[in-house]
Amino acid sequence: MDELNSLFHGFATVLSWYNLGMMFIGLVLGVIIGVLPGLGGPNGVAILLPLTFTMPPTSAIIMLSCIYWGSLFAGAITSILFNIPGETSSVATTFDGYPLAQQGRAGNALTASFTGSFFGALSGVLLITFLAPLVSKFALRFGPPEFFAVFLLTFCSFVGTDKKTPFKTIISMMLGFGLAAIGMDTVSGGLRMTFGWSELLRGIDFLVVVIGLFGIGEILVSMEEGLKFEGKNGRINLKVVLQTWKEMPKYWMTLIRSTVVGCWMGVTPGGATAASFMGYGLAQRFSRNGRKFGTGEIEGVIAPETAAHASGTSALLPMLALGIPGSATAAVLLGGLMIWGLQPGPLLFVEQKEFVWGLIASMYLGNFVGLIIVLSTVPLFAAILRIPFAIVAPIIIVVCAIGAYSVNNAMLDVWFMLLFGVIGYVLKKLSYPLAPMILALVLGDRMEDAFRQSMLGPGTGLHVFWSNGLVGTITTLALVMLFWPLVPVLWRLARKAAGGGKNGGGVGKADPEALK
Amino acid sequence: MDHQQTQGGPSKDGLSHSAVDAITAVVFFAVGVVMMVDNYRIGVAWATDGPESGYFPYHIGMIICIASAAVFLKAVFGKHRNREAFVSWSRFRLVLLVLLPTALYILLIQLLGIYVASTLFIAAFMRLLGRIGWLKTVLVSVGVNVLLFWMFEVQFLVPLPKGPLEALFGY
Repeated sequence: MDELNSLFHGFATVLSWYNLGMMFIGLVLGVIIGVLPGLGGPNGVAILLPLTFTMPPTSAIIMLSCIYWGSLFAGAITSILFNIPGETSSVATTFDGYPLAQQGRAGNALTASFTGSFFGALSGVLLITFLAPLVSKFALRFGPPEFFAVFLLTFCSFVGTDKKTPFKTIISMMLGFGLAAIGMDTVSGGLRMTFGWSELLRGIDFLVVVIGLFGIGEILVSMEEGLKFEGKNGRINLKVVLQTWKEMPKYWMTLIRSTVVGCWMGVTPGGATAASFMGYGLAQRFSRNGRKFGTGEIEGVIAPETAAHASGTSALLPMLALGIPGSATAAVLLGGLMIWGLQPGPLLFVEQKEFVWGLIASMYLGNFVGLIIVLSTVPLFAAILRIPFAIVAPIIIVVCAIGAYSVNNAMLDVWFMLLFGVIGYVLKKLSYPLAPMILALVLGDRMEDAFRQSMLGPGTGLHVFWSNGLVGTITTLALVMLFWPLVPVLWRLARKAAGGGKNGGGVGKADPEALK
Repeated sequence: MDHQQTQGGPSKDGLSHSAVDAITAVVFFAVGVVMMVDNYRIGVAWATDGPESGYFPYHIGMIICIASAAVFLKAVFGKHRNREAFVSWSRFRLVLLVLLPTALYILLIQLLGIYVASTLFIAAFMRLLGRIGWLKTVLVSVGVNVLLFWMFEVQFLVPLPKGPLEALFGY
């Protein structure tokens, strides 16, 4: 067992006082960030990223990933006690979590959701431990065309899985690509879209965009909702925990179902939010108590939280194995990787063994320690929400400004942060998804490089993406994903045409655009 | 992030949700056009060694134009238009109450350095919007900034913009 061996080496790396300290700091910060409105996983990590520039990469990623776990755990706290989802991925948790808290069973709900989260996370990590090395080994064979095809698949599945607003997803994504293209062109060295403005030479940093969109934008949205927090009491004692744990095995089916959904949505970039809703929906449909959902069922808390955490964790699988993040937070972590001087991609498993396995080992430990921390200190964190918004909001803005400034030591970035805050506020209200923009912004340059490297040499053209079986399969799959929502429509049309010429599912004739 | 989330009565004042949706789409369309024009200038054709440097962003701009046209049409002619007000004035006032001071704060950073500006910003926010007592205001605003100073300048050695006051102390 090669993996187990490497994993033990990873544990050896993690179990130093410095790294354990970083893990603890990360988890506590993560929970605070998750509880506070206006701070979430992506921008919490983005703000703290500049502080890690001087740290060893392994310690840095341990701290930042633990912030992510902490914020995932914390989403449930505000959902259950305050009926306010601290993270979008825990919106579904409010449906049954808050009714439970109203009935005075907040302790049970919190314990159940944390335990479910832990179960989901653990499954995600196990998946990473055993699957990621295989995937990366397989991906070592990839050349630029294959990588471009995988990028294409990632982005197409984003569009394809969005049933409500596919065009908005496309716009948000393309804006990300556009922002990534600003500045020096990495291949030819020419300037693009700087409009004669020399400050734009280095481009717009993704961290600034993340801090603006998710930080300032979120503050503006919360401000508009006029926050008044009136929370339930969330005291947890050992008796409640044990009592809930005794009940948990009853829900094994929900746990497993949500875990599978979560892992799938995490690996394909569906995101934790979609996963949590899907987990909740499936549980409602298949559970014996399905009708009672929404009135305070423990199962209705377990299902979304397990799925969200499983998806959040397994979003790191494609990030580590292929260099393609499965969520906005993973995208920020990937950006961090590049800043620390590591080259993301399948070679990471070969060249940076200590880093990768240290991270994976820290995920086991971090989630376990995180579970203990949140179980023991819920009242403390719930108290944070009772601090008036007039104190919390300016401090968050100050922290955001510092974060944006310290990326490049540039004042212009702080102004950009404000601009993106306004953009984020408007887009959020118009239900544009923001995660695709971040993903595109982080991956844009690499995707373009892959595209142009595949096009090097004479006699190239778009047919390169069908030049061998592997790349052809991935590219075709990407197009199928892109036009997936159209399949039922075309099917109906084909049925109507009754026996007339069969429609090829929209793959063959469709869109040269998607390729360009 | 459903449309239903936006509450507020039928629109008397301000723009409706779908109008803002349409305007945003127009803005994005313009962004797409700008991208196409600027990259066309650099060259979007195939050189001997593959696509020129404007090729990729040019087509990105093109996709933005197409997608924003679709969003625009849906917002203007769609069946399920959301006619509710995008944001009521009383709520938008709250948004401005955060936005404008933040802009002022960023301006102040350039003049006074980040620590002094942050102290003033937090204090003003707490006093004027939160109506919080003087003692608490001073304690929080100064305390937070001393903590930040200690963390960034002393612990992590991240240089942040400093002004005349810090210069007085020799930083």
